[in-house]
Amino acid sequence: MDILIWLIPISLILGGIGLGAFFWTLHHGQYDDPAGDAERILLPDWDQHPKP
Amino acid sequence: MALQTATPARLILSLPNVHCAACIGTIEAGLLAVRGVQSARVNLTQKRAHIQAVSAVSAAALVTALAKLGHEAHALDPTALTSTATDKQGNDLLLRLAVAGFAMMNVMLLSVAVWAGAGDSARNLFYWISAAIALPTVAFSGQPFFRSAWAGLRVGRWGMDVPISLALILASAISVSETLQGGDYAWFDAAVTLTFFLLAGRYLDHRTRAMARSAAAVLSALAVPQALRISPAGHDLVAVADLVPGDLVLVRPGGRMPVDGVVTDGQSELDRAILTGETSPVFAGPGHRVCAGETNLTGPMTVRVTHAGADSSLHQMADLVAVAEAARGRYSTLADRAARIYVPLVHGLSFGAFAVWLLLTGDVRLAINIAAAVLIITCPCALGLAVPAVVTAASGRLFARGLLIKHGTALERLAEVDVVVFDKTGTLTLGVPEPVDLAAVDPVALSVALALADGSAHPLAQALALAIRARGILPVALTGVTEKPGAGTSALWQGIAVQLGRADWMGAKSAEMTATYLRIGSAAPVPFRFTDRLRPGAVQAVTGLQALGLKVILLSGDSATAVAVCAQKIGIATYAAGLTPARKVARIGDLTAAGHRVLMIGDGLNDTAALAGAHVSIAPASALDAARAASDIVLLGTDLAPVVAAVRVARIAVHRMRQNFAISIAYNVIAVPFALLGFATPLMSAIAMSLSSISVSLNAMRKES
Repeated sequence: MDILIWLIPISLILGGIGLGAFFWTLHHGQYDDPAGDAERILLPDWDQHPKP
Repeated sequence: MALQTATPARLILSLPNVHCAACIGTIEAGLLAVRGVQSARVNLTQKRAHIQAVSAVSAAALVTALAKLGHEAHALDPTALTSTATDKQGNDLLLRLAVAGFAMMNVMLLSVAVWAGAGDSARNLFYWISAAIALPTVAFSGQPFFRSAWAGLRVGRWGMDVPISLALILASAISVSETLQGGDYAWFDAAVTLTFFLLAGRYLDHRTRAMARSAAAVLSALAVPQALRISPAGHDLVAVADLVPGDLVLVRPGGRMPVDGVVTDGQSELDRAILTGETSPVFAGPGHRVCAGETNLTGPMTVRVTHAGADSSLHQMADLVAVAEAARGRYSTLADRAARIYVPLVHGLSFGAFAVWLLLTGDVRLAINIAAAVLIITCPCALGLAVPAVVTAASGRLFARGLLIKHGTALERLAEVDVVVFDKTGTLTLGVPEPVDLAAVDPVALSVALALADGSAHPLAQALALAIRARGILPVALTGVTEKPGAGTSALWQGIAVQLGRADWMGAKSAEMTATYLRIGSAAPVPFRFTDRLRPGAVQAVTGLQALGLKVILLSGDSATAVAVCAQKIGIATYAAGLTPARKVARIGDLTAAGHRVLMIGDGLNDTAALAGAHVSIAPASALDAARAASDIVLLGTDLAPVVAAVRVARIAVHRMRQNFAISIAYNVIAVPFALLGFATPLMSAIAMSLSSISVSLNAMRKES
């Protein structure tokens, strides 16, 4: 059971990274227009390069 | 140019019909093609476009540019839309939800290990780690519940948040004390799962409320009332609120009267449909009184302000609205009624369990454990999701069809409706005239009428010209075409005087219906009768509502003939004409007194009080702002047919809410006996909680059958 000393912190850190990523998306307005973002992937503009 | 770009303007347009990637592409490209637009971004979720442009670009120019592309757009007032406070609140809830979700996953993993049979020392270690995760989480994520429960308790209100907070605090406290004493059961997982599911319900609830609030903001943003004031220095555009009695304002053809006043110069015809429902234009010249809200049709007029702002006839309607609103009373929602039964029941059960177990065994620790288990198991996890999940799903469906729900309880009220009252002018009809019986008129007279009508901007003349052209008739050549505002157009045709205009201008007797007259030489005037064009989807809406078993009634302020013709064309058997606003409210009051639940659909100022007095009300987006403010639901597009879908979706939604209550009660009925008898385990509560919450959410999102 010694492995738990590693596994529990690792699982917490991995989960924490996910939580941090979520905070980042929240603060960068990625949930402002979910319907539009889903549709925009179908637009042919800026296919090769990101919009400047 | 450099100076202009230094001060960019922010413009917001409302786009009621945008729905796909192709729309986004054309609209953004179309907006960027307008000179001076620097950036344009469509928000499909809110159905709006945000535009950065040099200050010379006006919203009206963008609206016309989009109209050419076939997209309906309305200018919004950006200052009225700075609703960052509600966004912040939503983000705050989402943050707490995310923390609770993260904690729930980790604690659940540890709990699964315990349930799978982790031994004594490992179990204690797992409980301590769970405590380290769960306690801060409950303290942080549970704050909305604690705060609202405390606020309620301070004013003596015993809401749903009190049992929730009690369950959260008891679950955490019991778990800590059990862990300290090396007990078998700790409820850390229950505490975080409860927080997570309840926060999810709270967040959905907040989102619908925020949407309703932003709908109200959009509507107030749509109306930016301004007027042209005549001052010695020239004309300047001022806000209507700044006008005072005695000011002179210029009202151009096509403009709406901003104030009550007396005409001092110029003559024209007025369209009073929005005030009274009448479709026939009335004459106005020097000395005539005009009311705010009337539309000037032909000639420019100078008006001296007699009443402005709060004194104008527009605002006097507010008294009638307030009285009608008071009569409607407070509506108690399904959730309110459920909470009223649920809260005392749960507290009674929990306290009863504590008392009985204490008496029977004398073991305080056991009695508290069982009382806590009862509270945790009955905690309204699914109840908290039951209504918000359904309302979110249903209003999303209605928004996709172009209906904005302004009021949180509007869906529930809409589902109870059994009588639908329509207004005629502007609601069932577009307020756009259409000539009838043109085939009966001599073709030569038609081509003379066409030539005369081409010389006028009057709506009747333009409608006549359009209809005659559609019959393939060409205009004759005329000389000396002159338009006399408020009367009509006259000219010479092969040396004969010809006139097209009002009946009294050429000495004819005016007909009952809206009409314009043509006189060639000294012959008797020929009347062209008009009817109002039906709103698209009007017939489908009425037949659809009737098919749903609703009684449809038409109440109008227009003349008896016009109302009868319209009712017959649409298929409404019950109608009344010539009603004043107060009589409309009285009719709705009579229906309500007779036990009916009335849905009022109207747009004019004369409907405002009726909209406020009905059980639930719908107004089209073209309605006057007062009417939109008084109604619960706003129809964003021109088509009236979505009203039927609204009633159907509302009925399904309320049915789903009842089902959801039944589901969560069923889970409780099964689980509570175990808890009361002391057999409840954290595993059981975790299963009951997750299953009931998930089945309630799935039921809400299920496709309507």
